[in-house]
This record gives sequence, structure tokens and C-alpha cells, in this order.
Amino acid sequence: MEIIISNSSGRPIYEQICMQVKSMVMSGTLSAGEALPSMRALAKDLHISVITVQRAYEDLARDGFIETVSGKGSFVASQNKEFIKEEQLREIEGLLSKAAQAGRTNGVSYDEMAGILKMFYEE
Amino acid sequence: MEENSILVKDLCKKFDGFLLDHVSFHVPKGSITGFIGENGAGKSTTINLLLNNIKKDSGQVYIFGREHTENKIKSGIGVVFDECNFNDVFTTKDIEKIMSGVYKTWDSSFFNYYIKEFKIPQGQQISSFSKGMKMKLSIICAMAHKPELLILDEATTGLDPVVRDEILDLFLEFIQDEKCSVFFSSHITSDIQKIADYVVLIHKGKIIFEEKKDDLVYNYGILKCSKEKFNSISKDDYVKYKETNLSMECLVCNKEKAKQKYKNFIVDNATLEDIMLFYVKGGKA
Repeated sequence: MEIIISNSSGRPIYEQICMQVKSMVMSGTLSAGEALPSMRALAKDLHISVITVQRAYEDLARDGFIETVSGKGSFVASQNKEFIKEEQLREIEGLLSKAAQAGRTNGVSYDEMAGILKMFYEE
Repeated sequence: MEENSILVKDLCKKFDGFLLDHVSFHVPKGSITGFIGENGAGKSTTINLLLNNIKKDSGQVYIFGREHTENKIKSGIGVVFDECNFNDVFTTKDIEKIMSGVYKTWDSSFFNYYIKEFKIPQGQQISSFSKGMKMKLSIICAMAHKPELLILDEATTGLDPVVRDEILDLFLEFIQDEKCSVFFSSHITSDIQKIADYVVLIHKGKIIFEEKKDDLVYNYGILKCSKEKFNSISKDDYVKYKETNLSMECLVCNKEKAKQKYKNFIVDNATLEDIMLFYVKGGKA
């Protein structure tokens, strides 16, 4: 497992951990049932406080990506990937429809809009 | 089971010209707590009171849930002050001999492992050591008798970033066992910002706040504006302000809310150092 933390990014560290673990689960780098490092071990490796890791793990557990068994540690949940992807897609659709609406009202063409999206994708 | 390694309630101590005024805070088990404040704010006094090196006037101090005056608890604490208090003529071998006699729980393999790991010269007198080496030696000694609580007073001050990083690593290693906690005071707020779970700020003998570090770093922000616009900010929205020649800066405790409410203002992230400076030097809302 690899996690890279940026200190200059505006994103809080717990969010960075959360996002990276999520993308590893979605891409299959981490498979169901696999053990995550203990909170304290991860805090030590990343040189951050235990509470920061705890918060990331709590968020991950809440979103169904990991399961924490007290006394044993945290494991990648055997969730339904399709279901999560469906969920994510619905959220993306919602955001994009808002963007499309804003674009239409302000006379931004589809091509311009697509260009903007492309730019963000490649960022 | 006792939840706190240290619990301090209404601790008071009066010296000529200095008053430690109803100090209360706690250090939860398995956590690292940073203790910050300017010189003379009362950090060392508080630590010496915890250890019963000086007598308190009033208040309660519990360590591992027991009265701190009990002699029994002392073997469970490792203490490091800002200087190495071993006699200059000793070598690491002498120290090991002495300490293994003092502590029943002394762990020679731990001691020797870290002496090697930190490249501390064996067989040389301490007088020939650099400041960093002496400090590392003090910390290893404090940890080698397997305490459950490590108390350090300015132990990382005056050390270079490489050595400080190694020491922070050691702290994080220490709390891998969920029972063990670290309470350390430091001026170097970046060290505390890196690894502390909780932060306690003391100013003029009073505790200003005791918070989760993440709450401080992620929620607090600095709002910057011109002097005219400063009057348009509601007094409820900021904690402290600072005036410079060119602008006004305010410490806000909820930067997202401030960003929404004051859209045309700059809201920056605040570091622990900023927060400390605002509390110590800033004007009141």
C-alpha cells in the first residue's frame, strides 16, 4: 500500500488518506479482506498524529470501504464495487447537471465546457 | 480502566511575581500531547509540579489515576529535561550499569539497540558528546526502563531538524503500544503540529485552551482585511485580532463559516504557531 501526503495541498491530511485508500479499493489494488496497517503504525510511517489517521479510518468505515474489528484491526470491506460505482456515478451526474445548467444560462458552449472538464481531468 | 495518563485539576502554585492559576488539563492514554507557551508561561513549573519536584499549593494531579505524590508511580514515568544530567566522565557502558541497578525493568537490549541505531559512541566520555547525542542518550535512558508515560521538557529545543525527526520517530514508536503516552513541551510548534494528538496552550500561568490538534489546524483560519473593513466584522466571528501597519488580521475559529460570510476577504489557513501568536499577542474581540 502506498500513500502520499501533500503538506502544501489545501486538503486536510485525513481527507487525503481517505481518498487514496478509496481509489485503491476501487481500482482493485486493495482487495476485499486485506488488512490495513494499524492506525498507530500508519501514523508512525506518515509522521502524523494518531487522531488524524483515526478520523480517516472512521470516514472510510462510514462510507463502507473498510470494516474495523476491535482488537483485530481494519480490513477492506467486501462491499459491492458495482454498487459503490453506481453511487459515485449518481453523484457525478448531479454535479455535472449543475455545471451544464450554469453553462447554458451563461452561454458557455458544449465544447468549451468539455474543454474545462478535460483540463480538470488532466490536472 | 483509567482513561487518562495524566489528569490535572485546578493546580495552583504561587511564586514571587508568578502565579500558576487553576491549571487543568488531561493527557489521554495512548496519545501524544504537546504543551506550548512562551518562555516563562509556566510550562516547566507545571511539569515540575506533575513530578512533585516542587510542592503544589492546591489542586489535584493524578498520574495513571493515582495521586502523583505516591512513590510507586515514579517507576512508570520517563522524564527528560532540556539538559543531559549525567556526569561528564561516564560512558554509555557506565550509564547502563548504573541504570540497570536503579530500575528493575531496565531493558538492556532496547538500550543497546538504540545506542547503535543513533550512532552514539560507546566507550567515550559524555563530555565529548555533541548536544544532539546527549539529548538522544537522555531520551533513550528515559525510555529503556519501559515507562508508560514519557514527560519531556523542551527536549527537542536546540537540536537540528534531522535529530528532531529521529526523536519524533521514537515518540511515535513509543505509543504503538496503546497504553503509552507522551507529554512534551516545546517551542518548536512545527514538531507538535506534526505528531501531537492534543495541544495544550499555557499563557501567563493560565491554560488558554486544550484541544485536538486537528480541530485547531483544520478549523482555525486567519482572516485578513483592510482597517476600514474590520469594523464590518461582527465581534462574535473572531477570537483575536492583530493590527499591522497595513492591515488587520483576525483569528477565526471556523474558517469555512468565515469564508462564506465574508466573501471578499482573504481567509488563510492557520498553523499552530499562528494560533499561539494570536492568543499570546493578539487583541481581544
